[in-house]
Amino acid sequence: MEILMSILAGTLFAAGVYLILQKQLLKIVLGTALLSHGAHLFILTMGKLNRGKPPILLEGVKNYTDPLPQALILTSIVISFGVTSFLLVLAYRTYQSNKTDMMDQLRGTDDE
Amino acid sequence: MSNLVFLPIFIPLFFGALLVFFNKKQKVTVNISFLVVLLSLGVSIFLSYHVFSYGPLILETGDWKAPYGIILVADKLSVIMILAVNVITLTAAIFALSSVTEKMVQHYFYPLFFLLIAGVSGAFLTGDLFNLFVFFEVLLMASYGLIIIGGSKHQFRESVKYILLNLFSSILFVTTVAFLYSVTGTVNMAQLGERVGQVEQQGILTGIGILLFIVFATKGALFPLYFWLPKSYIVPSPIVSGLFGALLTKVGVYSMLRVFTLIFSHKLELTHTFFIWIAAITMIIGVIGALSTSNVKLIIAYNIMPAIGFMLLGIGTFSAESLAGTIYYLVHDMAIKSALFFLAGLLVWHAGTSNLKKMGGYIKTAPFMGWMFFIASLILAGIPPFSGFIGKYLLLRGAMDEEHYIAAGIGLLSSLLILFSVIRIFIGAFWGELKEEPKQAVKTSGLAASAVLIAISILLGVGAEWFYPYVQAAADSLIDPQIYIDYVLKE
Repeated sequence: MEILMSILAGTLFAAGVYLILQKQLLKIVLGTALLSHGAHLFILTMGKLNRGKPPILLEGVKNYTDPLPQALILTSIVISFGVTSFLLVLAYRTYQSNKTDMMDQLRGTDDE
Repeated sequence: MSNLVFLPIFIPLFFGALLVFFNKKQKVTVNISFLVVLLSLGVSIFLSYHVFSYGPLILETGDWKAPYGIILVADKLSVIMILAVNVITLTAAIFALSSVTEKMVQHYFYPLFFLLIAGVSGAFLTGDLFNLFVFFEVLLMASYGLIIIGGSKHQFRESVKYILLNLFSSILFVTTVAFLYSVTGTVNMAQLGERVGQVEQQGILTGIGILLFIVFATKGALFPLYFWLPKSYIVPSPIVSGLFGALLTKVGVYSMLRVFTLIFSHKLELTHTFFIWIAAITMIIGVIGALSTSNVKLIIAYNIMPAIGFMLLGIGTFSAESLAGTIYYLVHDMAIKSALFFLAGLLVWHAGTSNLKKMGGYIKTAPFMGWMFFIASLILAGIPPFSGFIGKYLLLRGAMDEEHYIAAGIGLLSSLLILFSVIRIFIGAFWGELKEEPKQAVKTSGLAASAVLIAISILLGVGAEWFYPYVQAAADSLIDPQIYIDYVLKE
C-alpha cells in the first residue's frame, strides 16, 4: 500500500512540476494545486499507513494509527485551499489589468 | 507566567481581526492600531526582561507535555527578535500616519499589517517545525494581501511571481517536514535536536537539512534563489516595502539560525562550509545588482542580499562570536533596511520618479531627508561607530579566526561596494542643481519614523557595550543546543 501511495504522490509531484513550468498562468495555478495534493499524500504515507485502526493512543491498545500526520494534513489542506483560491482570483485580476496571461509577457523593467 | 509567551502573537492577531470591522473609519482604525502597537511593545519589553532575568519561558498549549503538543518557546534569541519586530512595528505605525491613504485603509491595510506581525512573532516563538510552517503561511498570506494593495499593473505582475515562488517553497517545506517526521518520528525542534544528535546526523538527515536550507534560502533570498525578491519588493507602497525588507527575509535567516544550530549542527564540515560559499556569492551578486540599476528603490532592494549573505557567513562560521555577530547584524539590518525603504519611498514621492537620472539638488528642498539618507548609507555600509560596524566586525573576526579568509575578503569588498551603491543615491538625488521642481512636500511623520529608526541604529552602534552582553548570551545559548533541549524536554 505504501508503494502505491508513493507512486501516486510522485506522479502528482511530476504533473505539478510540469504544469508549473508552463507559460499560461492558469496552468501554473493548477500545477501548484496538484503539488500540494502530492505533498499531502506524501505526509500521510510518511506516517505509515495502517488500515482500520483507531487514531488514538489508549492504554491497552497495541495497534493504532499515528494521529499526527492526519493533524498535519488537515492544517496543510486548509492552507492550500486558501492559497489556491487566492491565486485563482489573483490570476484573473492579473489577466484583466495586464491584458495577458502568458508568463513570458508578464515581465519588464519599466519605471513607475 | 508562561501565558505571557502567547501575547505577542495574540495581541496583533486579535486586534487585527477586530479592525476588519472598522475599514470605513480611518480615524478609529489609526487610533486603535497605535494602542495595539504600544501594548504589544510593552508586552515584548516585559517578556524580554523576564526571559533575561529568570530564564526561558515555555508555553505548552492545552497542557500537552513537551514532545507531544504544540509548544511556544521564548528563549533569549526569540525575545531579542520579538523586541526588534515590535520596535519596527511602532515606527511603521508612525510612518503609516501620512502614507496610508483612505483607500488603503478601506482595503484592509491595518488588519493585514497586524496579521503579518502576528505571523512573524509566531515564527520567532514556535518550538516545533510544523508550526513554523504554519506561521510562515500566516505571514505569507498577509504579505500576499499587502503586496497587491493599490492594484496597479506592476503590482499584479510582480506579485504573481512572488506568490508562486513562496508557495512552491512552502510545499517543499511541508514535504521536508514529512521526510523528517518519517526518519525521526517527531516534529518538536528540541526532540529533533536530541534524536539527530543521537544518530550523529547520518547521510539522509544531512540531505533533509539541505532541503530545509533550500526552503529557507528561498524565503531569505540567497544566491541561486533570489530572483523574485528585488522587483516584488519595490512595487508595493513604501511602508509595505519597508516592512517586507525588515521582517520577511529575516524570518528565513532566523529559521536557518535556529535549525542549523539546534538540529543539523553535527556535520559542520559538510553543510556549513557550503553556507560560507553561498554567503560569499550572495554578497557579490547582491552588490552587482545594486550597482546595475538607477532605480532608487531597486538599489535598496538589492542591498538586502549582501546583508543576508553576511548573516549566513556567521552561521557558516559557527563560533560563539560569529553567531553573536549574526544576531547583532540581524537586529541592525531590520532597523536600517526599513529606514532606507521609508526614506527611498519619501524621496520617490518628493521627486515624482524613481529614476535616479531624473533627480538632482533636492538637498535644497528637503535638507533633513538628504542628511538622514547620508547617515543611513553610512550605517548600512558599516562605517564605525554605527551599528553595521559592530555586527560586521564580529562576523569578519569570527570568519578570520576560523580561517575563512576569502569569504571575509569578499565581505570587506562588498561593504565598500554597498557604500558606493547607496552613496550614489545621495550624490545623484541631493547634490548639484535642482533639475525638476519637487512634486510633493516631504511627509513629516515619514521623516519622524525614519529618524527613530536611524537613532536606534546609532544607539546600537555607539552603545554596543550595553547591548552586546545580551546578544552574547543569546549566541552562547545557541552554540550549546543541549541547554535548549534540556529546558524544553525538562530532563
